[in-house]
Amino acid sequence: MSMARTAIKAEKLEKWFGEGEAKTMALRHVSFEADFGEMVYIVGPSGSGKTTPLSVLSGILRPNVGEVWVEETEIWNLDSNRLAEFRRNKIGFVFQDYHLFPRLSTVENVAIPLILRKEDWNESVQEATKYLEIVGLRGRAELLPVKLSGGEQQRVAIARAMVGQPDILIMDEPTASLDGDTGQAILKFVHEKILNRDRCIVVVTHDSRIYEFASRILKMEDGRLTGTEERAA
Amino acid sequence: MKGILKLAYKLLANDKAKFTALLVGIIFASFSMIFISSMFVGVMNHSSSTIINIGASMWVMDPAVQIPANSVGMPDYVLDAVRSMRGVAYAVPLYSGTALVKLSDGSYQAATVIGVDDNTLFGRPEMVDGRITDIFAENGFIVVQDGDYPKLKSPRVGAEFEINDHRAVIVGTAKVAMSGLFGLPTLYTTYNRAIQYIPNPRYTISYVLLEPKTPADIPQIKKQVDELGYMALTRNEFMQRSINYYIFQTGMGTNLLIMTVITFAVGLSVSGQTFYTFILENLERFGALKAIGTTSPELILMILFQVTFTALTGYGLGLGLCTLFVSLAKMRLPSYFAMITYANLLLGLVMVLIIAAISSYAGVRRVLRIEPFEIFRG
Repeated sequence: MSMARTAIKAEKLEKWFGEGEAKTMALRHVSFEADFGEMVYIVGPSGSGKTTPLSVLSGILRPNVGEVWVEETEIWNLDSNRLAEFRRNKIGFVFQDYHLFPRLSTVENVAIPLILRKEDWNESVQEATKYLEIVGLRGRAELLPVKLSGGEQQRVAIARAMVGQPDILIMDEPTASLDGDTGQAILKFVHEKILNRDRCIVVVTHDSRIYEFASRILKMEDGRLTGTEERAA
Repeated sequence: MKGILKLAYKLLANDKAKFTALLVGIIFASFSMIFISSMFVGVMNHSSSTIINIGASMWVMDPAVQIPANSVGMPDYVLDAVRSMRGVAYAVPLYSGTALVKLSDGSYQAATVIGVDDNTLFGRPEMVDGRITDIFAENGFIVVQDGDYPKLKSPRVGAEFEINDHRAVIVGTAKVAMSGLFGLPTLYTTYNRAIQYIPNPRYTISYVLLEPKTPADIPQIKKQVDELGYMALTRNEFMQRSINYYIFQTGMGTNLLIMTVITFAVGLSVSGQTFYTFILENLERFGALKAIGTTSPELILMILFQVTFTALTGYGLGLGLCTLFVSLAKMRLPSYFAMITYANLLLGLVMVLIIAAISSYAGVRRVLRIEPFEIFRG
C-alpha cells in the first residue's frame, strides 16, 4: 500500500487586515494538509474567508503568523523573486473571472505561463495548442476570448493553468460564472483529466452541486476551519 | 526575455484604439518640437548668411553692431589701421547695404547690395554664368540666383536696371551658400561702385575683413582693434553674436521656449493620460501576470518596452512627417527657412523620451502597487 505524499501543509495560519479597531481577522489559526492525488475543496458562505487561505498557500498573500510548506519548501521563507519563480513553476491558477487577455488569441492566452518561463514563443504556442486540444477547444485557438462562451473561457483558463504542468492547481470559484450543467461538466473534466497522483487540486467554492468531485472538504466560517469532511470521490 | 517583450508588444499593439491615440500624441509632440526648432535653426542660420557667404576669418566692426544686416559705417582710417596691426596677414573693406532697385518694367524692388574689395574681390560669390572679372565692367553687377532671385524678374546677363538713378547691368549670375533672412535678392558689385551708387552717410566701410597670420594672432588683433575703439570678432563669434541678438533681444527665444513648453505639455497630457488609461484598463491582467509568477522587474520591463516602442515609433513618424512638410514647403518656397539638423533631432528625441518616461512612471507605480491576491476577489 503506497503512502500519499503531502503536497501542501499549512500550519497555524493567521492573517489579519488593518490595525486597531479596523483590524479584521481573515484567518484564525488555520491548519490543514493536502496530498498529491487529492482534490481538496475549501467551502463556506460568502465572506467566510475562503479566498484568503488560497492566496496564502499559493504564495500570493503573506500570512501574519504560520507556515506554508509545499513539498519540502517553506514558501514564505523565499524572497519575492524566488516566490514568483515558485508560483510560475509549481502553481497553476484558474481565476474566478478567468482574467484572460482580451487582445490575445485563445492559444496565446494559454501559452502565457510558458512565455513567462522564457520559452520560445512559437514552441509555447505549439504546446498551448495541445492543451487546447485536451480541453476540446482546438478549433477555437485563433479566436479572441470575447468570442467564446463562459464555459469555453473557463476551459481556456484551465488549459492556461495546466500548460506549465504545475504540481498544484488552484481554482477560485470555478463555477461562479457558469450555469449548473456547465459547472458540473467542467469539474468532471478536471477530476477525470487533470487530477492525477502527482497533482493536488485546491478548489474554493460555495457551490454544493460540485461537491461530488471533492476528495476532502474543508469548511470555513469567519476565518476559522470549522470542520473537515472526507469523501470518496 | 524576447517572449515577454513580444507579449508586451501584443498587449499594446492589439489594442488599436489606445495604440493609435498614444502614437498621435507622440507624433504631434515630436513633429511640433522638431518643426519649431528647425524653424529656429533656419532663421538663425539665415541671419548669419552674409557671414557664411563672405567667408572671412575675422570681422572688424563698430561695437554697436549686433547682426550683419545692421552695420554701422566706419571711417577709412580703420582699414589702414587694421592693415598695420601686428598679426594681420591682410585686410579688405566690405560694403553691405540695402538699395531700391528700379526694374525695367518700372517697378521697384529692395535688394541687398554687397560691395567687395576692388583689388582682391575677397568674399566674391561662386559664378554660375559670366566671369567674375566682368564685375569691373561699366555699371557691372552680379546677381545671386537664390530663392529671392525671381523678385528681380530673374534677370539674365545683359539685363539692365537702375539703382538710385544709376544705370546698372547684370554681368553675371552666381550662387551663395545661404540666402538672406529678410527675403531680399542679393547683388554683388565692387566696393567703390557700391558706395558710389548707394547714398551713404559720411563713413562708408561696413566691415573690415581680415585674415590673421596665424590663429594665435587672433587675441592680439582683437586687443589692438579694441584699443582703436572698434570690435574684432571671429566668424563664429559674429554668428553667435547674431544668434544671441535674435534669441535674447527680439523675443524669438522666449517664443520658442513657450512653443516648446506648450508642445511638450500637450504631448505629455495626451500620451500620459492615454498610457495611464491603458494601464488602468489592463490592471487586472497585470495583476494576473503577477499572480502567475511575473516578477516586478519583468513587469517594469514590459511597461518600459511598451512606452519606448510607442515613443520611438511616434518619434520616427513625427520626424518623417516633419521632413515631408519641410520638403514640400521648400519645393513651393525656395527660400523657406526651416533646417532640420542633428541637434533638432536630438532635442525632439530627448523631449519624446522625457514624455515617455513621465507617462510610464505613473503606470509603473500603479502596476507595482497591485496586490495579486486582489485578483482572487474577482
